[in-house]
Amino acid sequence: MTQVLEALRPYLLPAARVVIAFLGLSLIAAAMIWIERKVLAHLQVRLGPMRVGPHGLLQPIADVVKLLLKEDIVPAGADRFIFLYAPVISVVAAFTPFALVPFASNDIAPDVNVGILLLIGISSLGIFGIILGGWASNSHYPLLGALRSTAQLVSYEVALGFAIVSVLLLSNTLSLRGIVEKQAELGIWFVFLQPVAFFILFVASLAETNRNPFDLPEAESELVAGFHTEYSGFRFSLFFMAEYTAMALASCVATMLFLGGWQRPFASIRALDFLDFGLPLLIFGLATVWFVKEIFHAVSPTHRAVLVVFAGLAAGLTGSLFVPGVMEAIGGVFWFLLKVFAFLFVFIWFRGTFPRYRFDQLMRLGWHFMIPVAIANVIFCALGLILAQRPGWNLEGGVWAGNAATLLVAILLAGRRRYERVV
Amino acid sequence: MTFYQASFYFFAAVAVASALLVVTRRNPVHSAISLIVTLLSVAGLYLQLQAEFLAAVQIILYIGGVMVLFLFVILLVRLEVTVRQEPFNRQLWIAGFAALVLLAELGVAFYLARGGFSLPAAPPTALQPNTELIGRTLYQNYLLPFEIASLLLLVAMMGAVIMAKQR
Amino acid sequence: MVPTSHYLFLSAALFTIGVIGVLTRRNLIVVLMSIELIFNAVNINLIAFARQLASVDGHVFAIFVITDAAAEAAVGLGILIAFFRNRETINADEIDLLKW
Repeated sequence: MTQVLEALRPYLLPAARVVIAFLGLSLIAAAMIWIERKVLAHLQVRLGPMRVGPHGLLQPIADVVKLLLKEDIVPAGADRFIFLYAPVISVVAAFTPFALVPFASNDIAPDVNVGILLLIGISSLGIFGIILGGWASNSHYPLLGALRSTAQLVSYEVALGFAIVSVLLLSNTLSLRGIVEKQAELGIWFVFLQPVAFFILFVASLAETNRNPFDLPEAESELVAGFHTEYSGFRFSLFFMAEYTAMALASCVATMLFLGGWQRPFASIRALDFLDFGLPLLIFGLATVWFVKEIFHAVSPTHRAVLVVFAGLAAGLTGSLFVPGVMEAIGGVFWFLLKVFAFLFVFIWFRGTFPRYRFDQLMRLGWHFMIPVAIANVIFCALGLILAQRPGWNLEGGVWAGNAATLLVAILLAGRRRYERVV
Repeated sequence: MTFYQASFYFFAAVAVASALLVVTRRNPVHSAISLIVTLLSVAGLYLQLQAEFLAAVQIILYIGGVMVLFLFVILLVRLEVTVRQEPFNRQLWIAGFAALVLLAELGVAFYLARGGFSLPAAPPTALQPNTELIGRTLYQNYLLPFEIASLLLLVAMMGAVIMAKQR
Repeated sequence: MVPTSHYLFLSAALFTIGVIGVLTRRNLIVVLMSIELIFNAVNINLIAFARQLASVDGHVFAIFVITDAAAEAAVGLGILIAFFRNRETINADEIDLLKW
């Protein structure tokens, strides 16, 4: 028995990380259900879910239970095996890249030499879940929605790749940990050196995850519901979870490549060191105070009980910050997750703000604007780096000269008058 | 049997099994899915051969590009409903026999020459850093083939667009 | 350490399966997919030798092979679409006229 344990010992810590990451991602996906509905509601000056728990906090549980209890329909004439397993492909392609993502500097995630390439490659395998799900439904609307979604994904993948290449020019390494550490070494985040690439990456991530304003393939007023029309119950929840996890992955990629990963903003200014301890304390403390305040306004005993539980959790989190050693252990993860949640909030914000692109407008934007600007960015960034070697120029100066040229190209491209054909 | 050897046999078995599925399935969509599995196991083999850059390139380009193209064509042109026919043609037995003769020839050749492949194995870190070495070799030694390959891609892109356009 | 000859046997097996697919299938799409199998068999061969000789020339050659395979798949599928639009069939046995 002890021999088995000794043989398993090197695998225990990675297995624990896998379990924690998987559970954490599922929790984030579930929390996103509530966050999205609440934020969208407040953007539209209404309240959102308020009944299920206090302020709708238990809404994810209600949604998950509803989806699990729905009838599992397989359409007649559908290819049964592929219909059943297409959502699995999407979920696997969305969850697997998180094995490569380093959440903190002491994370035991393997430092693969080609980390960012493998991440983009594996996450792009989610396309097959969409294609096969749409085809296996044996129905017109899902097939059309799947093909449109695939065309959109493939088009914006090219722009995404070029945006990442501009970052790689600066970081000289493909490994994710190396990119974050290069930002620490240079003392400046890549978003300040390559803002055009950041913009392109963000827009391409919106298109890659089928989010507004690029959500035509799954919009309810367009193709019924796109590729997941025929899916109900648990399989629909798998597609749903895959979409939220892909959003989280896109946010993680943007955080690592452009926002410095697990570093505190202004990490080099010693005077702001109090933020390391102060900001988590502030956030958890405010949460505790708000939960306690709401206990006195609770509508029903169940709501009161739930609020007491949440207040206890928040107080426990706040208290745990004072335990010596906890702050160093989770400091990196805290800043990383803060940035990821900021991106997720922006994803939801865009959904509540922008109208949808029509499909031909979407494709034109991708091929006629995004890809040329991304290519111009790579070229001018490389030229800027060469310029930075000359005497009298430093890195920021050279790169920003390149950025100026790219912005000129982007403005010229965006200002073109497009005459629609009148047929 | 170390993990390294076990992974080779696993990936090799999956590759051969799914390759057999590719050539025997009646429905072209099933063939395409089997080909995706084959390409994934070949990517696993590349990882095992310390070629991580090529494994990533295989996943992004071959599976995420070429196979999406195949599936797109099969589904867009609705080819899967037009081909519920006899999968194999008249030459099945002759061609199968000839291919097996080819396999036997290759097998015998490799078996007889197996001593020639037992050069001392390079240390496992000989090909690191993989990406940088490939980049240097590509841009310093093989610059002309690289430029010709990009011209080839341009010509192929133009040809495919022109041929698939609606007249 | 797996001997290189093992990889060569695997490459020969995949190559043969691809050849069988090209020679015996009627569906042109599956023929194109079998050609992709042949390309992959060649790639395994190249990378196995690259590892043994500790040179990335094999990797560079494999990258060119992948590039070639992608271009050829695109052009082949374009031809197939154009043909299907005209003749409404992709059965290799029925496509037997040079000019109609």
